[in-house]
Amino acid sequence: MSSIPTELKYASSHEWVRHEGDGIYSVGISEHAQELLGDMVFVELPEVGDTVSQGDDCAVAESVKAASDIYAPLSGEVVEVNESLTDAPEQVNASPYHDGWMFKIKASDLAELDELLDAEGYQNVIDED
Amino acid sequence: MSQQTVLHAKHLEAGAKMVDFFGWQMPINYGSQMEEHHAVRQDAGMFDVSHMTIVDLTGARTRDFLRYLLANDVAKLTVPGKALYTAMLNEAGGVIDDLIVYFLQEDYFRIVVNSATREKDLAWLNQHAPAFEVTVTERPELALIAVQGPNAKAKVATLLDAAQQAAVEGMKPFFGVQSGDLFIATTGYTGEDGYEIAMPEGLAADFWQQLLAAGVKPCGLGARDTLRLEAGMNLYGQDMDETVSPLAANMGWTIAFEPADRHFVGRAALEHQKATGTDKLVGLVMEQKGVLRHGQRVVVEGGEGIITSGTFSPTLGFSIAMARVPASVGDSAEVDIRGKLVPVKVIKPAFVRMGKKLI
Repeated sequence: MSSIPTELKYASSHEWVRHEGDGIYSVGISEHAQELLGDMVFVELPEVGDTVSQGDDCAVAESVKAASDIYAPLSGEVVEVNESLTDAPEQVNASPYHDGWMFKIKASDLAELDELLDAEGYQNVIDED
Repeated sequence: MSQQTVLHAKHLEAGAKMVDFFGWQMPINYGSQMEEHHAVRQDAGMFDVSHMTIVDLTGARTRDFLRYLLANDVAKLTVPGKALYTAMLNEAGGVIDDLIVYFLQEDYFRIVVNSATREKDLAWLNQHAPAFEVTVTERPELALIAVQGPNAKAKVATLLDAAQQAAVEGMKPFFGVQSGDLFIATTGYTGEDGYEIAMPEGLAADFWQQLLAAGVKPCGLGARDTLRLEAGMNLYGQDMDETVSPLAANMGWTIAFEPADRHFVGRAALEHQKATGTDKLVGLVMEQKGVLRHGQRVVVEGGEGIITSGTFSPTLGFSIAMARVPASVGDSAEVDIRGKLVPVKVIKPAFVRMGKKLI
């Protein structure tokens, strides 16, 4: 049973978002997603300053098994990326909700948050898979 | 209904993530494929390969039968226990399966074939065996454990009795010996030293547990795939199949065209292919970010080919692949990775052997 922190919001495509204050949200992939992908070998991150729309593919997680697109869970501007994943992509496996965060978005439309799932809703998505 | 090997409970105990592998429930990893891979390159790992099909062939004319059925020539096997890697071809020269054949006695050979091809292999064997009065006996009651890595033999030795230790003492690569309950062979699918050990099913769980206690790390199909690919070993169904000539699968070295008067299944087709030319299987290396994957298009001098197996190489730290391409290929190529053409180096398909990087 993989962990799904209740303080986060989730996209059905397995990304999580955490509010870091000032309308900035960090984004990563869930523990369930990293388990499905297996050992991570590369993470291709967006550029700081990129403007993304909710649902855009904006990063790629490559594991030994497969390449998987990461979709922006919110629209806005990319304000920071987790450079440490370049040398240590395995942080996505070891600490998917903390050290393995991928990028931060300055959200442009907070109403989009309502379209994301809470922990229970995300659990239902996993159960249906 | 999927099948389980006798070690199923041991896999669950070790935290395995199980997947369906051609009708068998097998461990894909026990947590980290990467750590398992490194254990085999640096120390010792073990794989449950009990799903593989062991077949014993008996009868006075078994050697003649195999000289007819296999593309490599078992006439090369003169010392009891000696083994050979070979393709079993159809008349069109396509690969029905790749297998290892052991010469045990003049009237007794053993072959180990893939599990995914079990039914068609047995059908093919049974179709041709009667003409040679050879008896085909599958051995599903045998479990098979591969113990691989630089320290594998030393760790296995702690489990062997004196007679078994003597039997494997100084045994060269590609030999097998029956000693007591164990059939111990110096074969494998990782490019490292080690054994593949067949034993009665009833002994397997205890043997596995003792290996675990000796510090051998359980490894799943995931690591098995990255290890074999680094070693440049083919995977049946991916790097070759019935529609592919062994000449286009880097298996030319396994075909014994000499002596010229040996008639074997597929010979005429292969001679024709040899004269007219075939594609070839090459190794690809991509040192920049990204991972080469099965099915990606490869653009080479004089045409296009396809990646048959691709992965991130844990030992090298970048991506490697095997690709079937036109023989006109030069020493570089481009791979279509999601619409982007990325330059790669073209080499012989062998990347890591015996812990050493070959590139």
